[in-house]
Amino acid sequence: MQIKHAASAGTLESSDITITLKPADNGVTIALDSSVEKQFGRQIKAQIEAALKALDITAVAVEATDKGALDCTIKARTIAAAYRAADVQDYDWEEINSWIN
Amino acid sequence: MAKTESGREIPDKFAAQYGTYAGEFVNIKDYQRAAANVHPVKPHDSKLLSSIHEAIVATGLKDGMTISFHHHFREGDYVMNMVMAEIAKMGIKNLSIAPSSISNVHAPLIDYIKQGVITNITSSGLRDKLGAAISEGIMANPVIIRSHGGRARAIASGDIHIDVAFLGAPSSDEYGNINGTKGKATCGSLGYAKIDAKYADKVVAITDSLVPYPNTPISIPQTDVDYVVQVDEIGDPNGIAKGATRFTKDPKELLIAQYASKVITGSQYFKPGFSFQTGTGGASLAVSRYLREAMLDQDVHASFALGGITNAMVELLEEGLVDKLIDVQDFDHPSAVSLANNEQHYEIDAEMYASPLSKGSMINQLDVAILSALEVDTHFNVNVLTGSDGVIRGASGGHSDTAAACKMSMIIAPLVRGRIPTVVSDVNTIVTPGASVDVVVTELGIAVNPKRQDLIEMFKDLNVPQFTIEELRDKAYAITGTPDKIEYGDQVVALVEYRDGTIIDAVHNV
Amino acid sequence: MDQLRRTMMFVPGANAAMLRDCTLYGADAIMFDLEDAVSMKEKDTARILVYSALKTFDYSSVETVVRINALDAGGAQDVEAVVLGGVNVVRLPKTETAQDIKDVDAVITKVEAKYGIPAGRTHMMAAIESAEGVLNAREIAQASDRMIGIALGAEDYLTSQKTYRHEDGAELSFARNYILHAAREAGIAAIDTVYTDINNEEGLIRETSLIKQLGFDGKSVINPRQIPTIHKIFAPTQKQITKAREIVAGLKEAEAKGAGVVAVKGQMVDKPVVERAQYILALAKASGLEVD
Repeated sequence: MQIKHAASAGTLESSDITITLKPADNGVTIALDSSVEKQFGRQIKAQIEAALKALDITAVAVEATDKGALDCTIKARTIAAAYRAADVQDYDWEEINSWIN
Repeated sequence: MAKTESGREIPDKFAAQYGTYAGEFVNIKDYQRAAANVHPVKPHDSKLLSSIHEAIVATGLKDGMTISFHHHFREGDYVMNMVMAEIAKMGIKNLSIAPSSISNVHAPLIDYIKQGVITNITSSGLRDKLGAAISEGIMANPVIIRSHGGRARAIASGDIHIDVAFLGAPSSDEYGNINGTKGKATCGSLGYAKIDAKYADKVVAITDSLVPYPNTPISIPQTDVDYVVQVDEIGDPNGIAKGATRFTKDPKELLIAQYASKVITGSQYFKPGFSFQTGTGGASLAVSRYLREAMLDQDVHASFALGGITNAMVELLEEGLVDKLIDVQDFDHPSAVSLANNEQHYEIDAEMYASPLSKGSMINQLDVAILSALEVDTHFNVNVLTGSDGVIRGASGGHSDTAAACKMSMIIAPLVRGRIPTVVSDVNTIVTPGASVDVVVTELGIAVNPKRQDLIEMFKDLNVPQFTIEELRDKAYAITGTPDKIEYGDQVVALVEYRDGTIIDAVHNV
Repeated sequence: MDQLRRTMMFVPGANAAMLRDCTLYGADAIMFDLEDAVSMKEKDTARILVYSALKTFDYSSVETVVRINALDAGGAQDVEAVVLGGVNVVRLPKTETAQDIKDVDAVITKVEAKYGIPAGRTHMMAAIESAEGVLNAREIAQASDRMIGIALGAEDYLTSQKTYRHEDGAELSFARNYILHAAREAGIAAIDTVYTDINNEEGLIRETSLIKQLGFDGKSVINPRQIPTIHKIFAPTQKQITKAREIVAGLKEAEAKGAGVVAVKGQMVDKPVVERAQYILALAKASGLEVD
């Protein structure tokens, strides 16, 4: 998937996470601000990285503001932000379903 | 490193100084009660001084002394900041402060610590900015966290010797007769302040409501007070009730409260004349509402309700469902009014409430206590002090006291808060040892401490889902994932004293 | 045995915090809403969020329902996501005709086939929210083998009728009775509309008692606090339980003897009565009443 422009998904409500994806030249960078950073920061980043990898996104700058989101929310917000950033409206459910759990 | 009975490591120098926790009642031993140094007041002497500055001078406050405050005004307190500002201005250094607790409004203490005015603190807890600053390691000496009963014990046994107590007085006469039920900022009971007045060498009453002599009812008597100072304002009445919530509408809290109520009514303790204590959180207040329904349905009245008093308790008293309220602190205005007007609503001091070294405290007569938790672990240890990030943000309160003394202690807490699991493998900080904890109540169901086989038998037909504590932990981790361990530094920023004076845990910097 | 549908709780599909906690409160069914509760610009994020939740959380204690958007407004993607996610029931809002149901059925059938999901695993229900929908209720109820229920959506319906909610509910009596008849004719469930004034427990009790009297299976709820109130009203009486127990005991006896006819105290009992008795016992159990 190709990141064409900056796009976000998610809210700043409790138990949610806002994921913003911005185009980058190469590599994946994640700037995480989380209310549960010390106990779950590593796992949150790993979820975002795994989702980006599955979506075949190799160059992106991620900004994530987390309010204690669970893994399934982190995945959903990352996918939604990626499809928005790539300007793709129709999801490839078959592909998503092959890796999401 | 020395190890406590719960396996926590305590640096040797602190272990040698305080001893390490060895069991709930191992260190309850005979002792010589401490006494205050008294400067008698002669006929024609006046106690009235014109300013806090004059009072500080009069008390002879010097570098290195210990001063105390009470926390009955909670978030509405003006007294501690006012007195500390004057002390700092006068250039007095190296003070130990021993307030009964510290609130968010006391963030200015950070500056006095940095300036060397304050070098030691003992308190029930630390909040917000001060807690964060302490956790960063701004003090060379660790804060000593003491429970309400533990503080009373420490004062009575001389572990804390208060040189000067600065006591906010909602009303006082010129001769130092004080109560908390009259005046501009009424806080009701002065249970924590009464101990300071009794044991401090010098006692300064600071009031914004100077009333004609003699001021009655007398909560703190003139015989314990050296000086009286009148100021414009001692506190914000709205701040006293801040943080204590009304009945919750949160369905998860209601569910927890419902389960807790079923546990109580399903226990053998629920019979005419039973006694209970609840906290001030949403779920805790909701328990009293469900309990009220059961008390009405089954015609069961309580002989007394204890502890921090809220309007919910006052309503039970007025309805005749509870015979007496025994009050060490009030959390809202209606409770303060009730203390003033209802003779079945009775004020006690912290020593009578919860001290493990008194000749029997009221919690020893308590059937059921409903307590909260930031974390509870698979050994039933409870943390009410440090947040999930390892930063000090809570207070010990009467938690370990009531849990140890009552017949059935219940921890009520959501299994998961956001992504933070409440039931964990090991709590960050032990405040109350698992030996004192009987039942954990969450929105998914309850876990009974296996050491209470009698309760397990009692609840075998109870209509509430029951799990082992490990199962509850696994359910929590299944939702949140297994949390990474917090990385602490090497500096001890706080020592958690068990109610008997030994150290039960050490908090490191983060 | 009939699935209990005393309460169907609405959960906004865009609300991450409620997705897990919604099962705590004892609702028989959870309805994740992708339609009215989700703004136009968040349809994509809500859809993937609900899908992800369905894949992740254990919803086995409840019946899961997703209210999709109209097929021409993202509904086709909704169907693909939630059927793949394993939802029990797809709920179509604003159903006007049997053809609306058939169209969604066709999409579900295609998705089930595409992913090797057993054909017919995904059920459907229709929400009826207009005069046309009410009058077509019979055909709608029988439009697909997937159909398990019809729900009345009163707010839009009453606006189209040029009236509004009243305390006695007279304005809804025709729609309720007609939908109920259509549901019973088709052998499916009838679910009443939401009671929106969450602080008025007395009103909720009155309305729930009324729709239970009419014969509805249950009610949609918008707040967990309404659930215990409704369940209490749907709890069977001790007399009903005792009678149901006798009938079920008669059934067991007949089965043990290999007899084709169930008899209680010498009286022959018809199959619908036996089924009703089984339902009463399930209801009693779910209400926390003694059954054995």
